[in-house]
Amino acid sequence: MTDQTLNAPIGPHTIRRFALSNGIKLIVHENHVSPSAVVRGHLWAGAINDPPEKMGQSSFTAYTVRRGTTTRSFQEINELVESVGASVFVNGGRHLINFGGKSLAEDFDLLVDVLSDVLLNPNFPQDEVDKARGQIITSLKELENNTRGLASREFRGLLYTLDHPYGRPSDGTLESVPLIRRDDLERFYRAHYRPDGATIVVVGDIQGDVVRDTLERAIGGWQPSGDVPGFEVPETHPLTERRRYVRTMTNKTQADIVLGTVGPARAAAEYYAARLGDVIFGRLGLMGRLGETVRDQQGLAYYAHSGLEAGLGRGPWSVRAGVNPANVDQAIESILVEIARLRDEPVTDQELEDGQDYLTGNLPLQLETNEGIASTLLHMELHQLGEDYITRFPYLMRAITKEQIQAAAQKYLDPEHYALAIVGPYEEQG
Amino acid sequence: MLADNEVVEFQLENGLKVLLKPVHSAPVASNWIWYRVGSRNESPGKTGISHWAEHMMFKGTPTFPKGNIMRLVNKNGGTLNGFTSLDYTAYFETLPADRLDLGLRIEADRMANSVFDPEEVESERTVIISEREGSENSPNFLLREELMALAFRAHPYGHQVLGWKEDLRQITHDDLWTHYKTYYGPHNAVLIVVGDIDVNAIHARIQDLFAPIPAGPPPPLVSAIEPAQTGERRVLVRQQGTAQYFQAAFHVPQASHPDNFALMMLDALLAGASPMTFGGGSTPTHRSARLYKALVETELASRAGCGYNPSIDPGLFHFYATVREGRSLDELEAALWDEIRRIQDELVSEEELLKAHKQAKAQFAYALESVTNQALWLGLMDIVDSYTRFHTFLDDLVTVSAADVQRVAQTYLVETNRTVGWFVPTENAQQEGPNMEYTAND
Repeated sequence: MTDQTLNAPIGPHTIRRFALSNGIKLIVHENHVSPSAVVRGHLWAGAINDPPEKMGQSSFTAYTVRRGTTTRSFQEINELVESVGASVFVNGGRHLINFGGKSLAEDFDLLVDVLSDVLLNPNFPQDEVDKARGQIITSLKELENNTRGLASREFRGLLYTLDHPYGRPSDGTLESVPLIRRDDLERFYRAHYRPDGATIVVVGDIQGDVVRDTLERAIGGWQPSGDVPGFEVPETHPLTERRRYVRTMTNKTQADIVLGTVGPARAAAEYYAARLGDVIFGRLGLMGRLGETVRDQQGLAYYAHSGLEAGLGRGPWSVRAGVNPANVDQAIESILVEIARLRDEPVTDQELEDGQDYLTGNLPLQLETNEGIASTLLHMELHQLGEDYITRFPYLMRAITKEQIQAAAQKYLDPEHYALAIVGPYEEQG
Repeated sequence: MLADNEVVEFQLENGLKVLLKPVHSAPVASNWIWYRVGSRNESPGKTGISHWAEHMMFKGTPTFPKGNIMRLVNKNGGTLNGFTSLDYTAYFETLPADRLDLGLRIEADRMANSVFDPEEVESERTVIISEREGSENSPNFLLREELMALAFRAHPYGHQVLGWKEDLRQITHDDLWTHYKTYYGPHNAVLIVVGDIDVNAIHARIQDLFAPIPAGPPPPLVSAIEPAQTGERRVLVRQQGTAQYFQAAFHVPQASHPDNFALMMLDALLAGASPMTFGGGSTPTHRSARLYKALVETELASRAGCGYNPSIDPGLFHFYATVREGRSLDELEAALWDEIRRIQDELVSEEELLKAHKQAKAQFAYALESVTNQALWLGLMDIVDSYTRFHTFLDDLVTVSAADVQRVAQTYLVETNRTVGWFVPTENAQQEGPNMEYTAND
């Protein structure tokens, strides 16, 4: 087995870094194969800043900043951006406000103009706040009838509890959102939207220096507070019990289940081993081992796969499956057997090699589009992975051993202590 | 020497049509096989059989035993999928360019040698039914299923690709085998490769791999013709739920009809130029379009749009909306018909047409960033009409005038040609309270 050394298309030799005068980090990668430009960036604020009684405030704020600025109405913004086939978004995540957009390269100035306007000058028009609130409430009502969505939400609440910011739905609830007023959004904006520590990545058919000048003009004057956001990862604790949630919905034909534990953070020493383990467990080929046993051999589910949400903090490591109500108990049993197997036995040589081949070989595909490149660069910056990360990644992966994967599974997965949410036409026995 | 971005077309003696397009922007290549079979080719009692056959063709051959196809593609850094639609069944593998051969070998092999083991057919029956049951959990799926069944009386477009559950319970191994042997041969397929390829080498390799596969007899023609609709049809779906949904569909001509471009433009004016990307980021342009302004901005709907997917036979122009909390289906429907009347009564401005052109130009440029997308669009267009339309797409749209848009709106979006569906949650939508249990593990 030889390491395939990537002829890295992206690395220190292509990445240009600038600092705007207010300290915003700007990362540019020129890619002239397509006439488009993509912007991706983040600010340091998110749902973790929401007080429990105002769940959804951060997400609601992000949803509303693009609905009117001191000089442009929501409709004017939409018209301006969409007239050239561009898009601009601002999303409130758990830790970060993510923003960005895409346009033809010829419209890059317009893209930056609108994006900076919505970040710097939103004025939260009352009627737009009310419209947005109504839309959020309708989608939360729809969620109440969505087995897959509900199972995910309830799983998080169970795993972390509502006392923890990771356990609370970042979009809020039907109780919290109606209480969030315009003033709350403006207050959240004033307190948390600031350039301190922000990063912007631009990829596409543009010139680095020109991008720097354009962004400097548009956003370089945004005054920093001088207070670099001291990011604190909320503490998380592995479960010491089994937690089970069942919501019976008799109008449905299939039950959706989510079962999992608290996984590693992106920065954890075991992250790469856990990621490789996750690929073998429930992703590779047709959903890895889970797909092979739960779907293929036992025919219990259309889908049964795993996922690792390792971010700034310790996100879940979980299994999701859609199951006929008659098979729920059996499917859960099979999933637990697979969790135990990943802990009790090392993966095979073949599985290790297949997983490594997949994660390393797949890189060129991820870097094909400007969005793919921009997301990768932003991820590298957020987690301080270094500009040569794409070249190093195959070596990092090849160095992982079967023993490390087993150790990661033993540390983070647990067939005895886990959270399990079941939503669908299933009734608890006894 | 072939210029980049030109399509090379040739046909093997067994009838396999091949399209090759070199694109050297990234070291990747996408390999697609398109079979001209989908739910359109299914008869009563056998609905869902194409989708099931698509699943079976992942179940292995003697050379690539079960599980190996996906595992090998992933192992080589690739992604793959298969999907079934009304008019086609398609498989693709997108791989690092130096591994493309694997994709070609898989497709040649499963075209000729898929096993269809009877035991595998049975275990897949549960999976197929489970896939359908997952969809049944969605009110919009149920509503769409009713709407299509009502809109089509004679043509097989009236049933969903997933098929009726009753049919899925009784389709046999022999049915599936016959279906495979009838439709999944070189005589009924298009092979498309886009990416960082050497055309001559790939050409030779395709010859080696696919030419030995014998052609079958021509598949049966779909002869059903949907009679013209003569009056509005309506369906009301009542079920426990938490939101009201609206859908409507109007019969429109097939993709090869001259009105096709005007209908695409109508779609873009009502709901923004559709993103042409697949499995990647999309760039929505609907918020400044007419339906959003008329239905969402006015707080009647939380979401509203329309869709037009050109098809081999006459198909549907579809509208959908989610009613805003506190508003009614009646109000929403009336506002939608008003908006349709507006585009029938008043010519759209030159400015609005230009905006739609620019949007389409941008969406097209974004789509070109990915070789997977390019192969997808070449294939989609070739199935319903001709791949050559992919390259003339923007020019064709520009030929549509305001009068054309008005004419197609007046011709097709009329009351006698429409089928309307409402999803109304039943009053006792209260589900049983959640049952929560914390088990201490001692």
